[in-house]
Amino acid sequence: MHSTIMGTQEEGNVHHIPIVPLGDRALLVDWGGSIARHTHEKIRTFCVKLERAAISGIIELIPSYTTVTIVYDPMELRDSATGERCYRYDGQLTDSPFELLKGIIEGMLCSMEVVMESSSADCVNSNISTSATNARNATNAATIVDIPVCYGGAFGPDLLEVAEHTGLSPQEVIALHCGQSYLVYMVGFAPGFPYLGGMDERIAVPRRSSPRTAITPGSVGIGGSQTGIYPLATPGGWQLIGRTPRQLFRPHHVDPSLLKMGDIVRFYPIEPEQFAEWKEDEQ
Amino acid sequence: MSLSIIKQGLLTTVQDLGRYGYQEQGVIVSGAMDTFALRAANILVGNGTGAAALEITLRGPAIRFEADALIAICGGDLSPTISSEDVPLWRPILVRAGEVVEFGECRLGARAYLAVAGGIDVPIVLQSRSTYLRAGIGGHEGRALRAGDVLPIGTASNHAVCYMKERQAALQAVPFLAATWFIGYTAQPVYRDEPVIRFVQGREYTKFTLDSRAELVNRRFRVTPQSDRMGYRLEGAALRLEASIELLSEAVSFGTIQVPPDGNPIILMADRQTVGGYPKMAQVASVDLPVLAQVKPGERIRFAEISLEEAQREYISAELSLLRLATYVQLYMKTGGPR
Repeated sequence: MHSTIMGTQEEGNVHHIPIVPLGDRALLVDWGGSIARHTHEKIRTFCVKLERAAISGIIELIPSYTTVTIVYDPMELRDSATGERCYRYDGQLTDSPFELLKGIIEGMLCSMEVVMESSSADCVNSNISTSATNARNATNAATIVDIPVCYGGAFGPDLLEVAEHTGLSPQEVIALHCGQSYLVYMVGFAPGFPYLGGMDERIAVPRRSSPRTAITPGSVGIGGSQTGIYPLATPGGWQLIGRTPRQLFRPHHVDPSLLKMGDIVRFYPIEPEQFAEWKEDEQ
Repeated sequence: MSLSIIKQGLLTTVQDLGRYGYQEQGVIVSGAMDTFALRAANILVGNGTGAAALEITLRGPAIRFEADALIAICGGDLSPTISSEDVPLWRPILVRAGEVVEFGECRLGARAYLAVAGGIDVPIVLQSRSTYLRAGIGGHEGRALRAGDVLPIGTASNHAVCYMKERQAALQAVPFLAATWFIGYTAQPVYRDEPVIRFVQGREYTKFTLDSRAELVNRRFRVTPQSDRMGYRLEGAALRLEASIELLSEAVSFGTIQVPPDGNPIILMADRQTVGGYPKMAQVASVDLPVLAQVKPGERIRFAEISLEEAQREYISAELSLLRLATYVQLYMKTGGPR
């Protein structure tokens, strides 16, 4: 569905990357397609450049799998050439705030040569080492975050069910879960919740038929072919295979989310004793 | 200087203009539901518009001021009183030390904003004082206020201090002193029954059937009791897509009207998640969000479509009139009112 949106609707957009409004105080830059590393890397590059450009009126950026949403204040936008705002003090618009910012973004996309070369090559499960190299080329080196997980037992009440469903032993499930590096495509749903790509399809399992009402923070789950970590006691329908003692959401930290878009996550198993003795400060 | 909650209301929280800058990390914005009323109340007590105030929902608390205080109450009319006497809205009010502000019947709207000169001085978490209930951060201990809570009040601005000093002697004879001037009705948002909420088309608008698009503007929608600061769940028509679509999660914002598979639209409000995966049929014009924020569960609303350009023009015009308002209020606080 998304591939049909791509590059067809609005003529004249730079390199067929549509820029569409999200109401009157945000707009969305849409690379289209499905979840893909090459799109993710373009989005990362774009976000870094846009943040560096420090454009007046832009409040924040919210990247997702295939889009970047730019939250802005129409009062504060200025024409990059003249420095003029979009309005006169009698309330008359001299420029459309959306069109003004769209023009600025198009110029930036053009100069960045973030080109939509092709609509193919969706590669969610691409080779991680190649992708990590690409990510480094795109921006700075990707941060690798190692996440200790105490699997099974009270920490992962659904591990046995996952093993049964996949026809693997619990140890094999753990080994496959720890055997991959995962890319953080985006953070959302809850503060610090990472949308991770790259899980081995052999441990994919359907969500629980009835979701739990409150999941213990730190729980590591599998839902379909995705895996993730619950930062808060939210409801959730994923199968819980373990729990990490690491804090995913740190409200008093400058960067409250432990994981950020573009980070690489690796899980490794720990024993219940290590979980109990874990001290976040030492990390 | 502090205020004490001596009786708990239904839901009273500390809010400012929200926690921007961390949505990329999944941290919701929160902040006042009715940002016009919050900012107006702050202006009336000489604060910056982003100072933290109390958002008081439907059934208000009882609040005692430990020292003389300059306050203003804007937004919904929850029948505030001091010593059984009505306290007028939309104007500066001097409250004598030890007096208690109480609330009664909800006469208009759903949320009142009580600002104090100096602002509610709770700790700043991630650049905001807004309460984020689910994560338990911001505001007062990350939760709704209850009896026994004592909230610190910050340092009042110079012109608020002057305003208070000039009237200090007169205040000792009465429980409270209300200014004779106030923010006029023409400058307030039009809070009313069955308001018409203007919207611009959402990203998936054209993917909805023509019938559903017509129903959005022709039907009345009821705000169901399952509505809160996170979102308003509406009932009135089952809105349908031409064909089912699978969408990847992407950012949503204050006022996004999304439609889950059951067809009942949800308007995302102040405590919305940062991203969502349901089709976005429409987006409420920012200028009408304060009106929407004052709609109670059980009440009805209507929708009308406007262009993006009109929505942005209306937004800028409303922001400019708020700036003018701030200038006038500052002048009146110095001179004692219009001449």
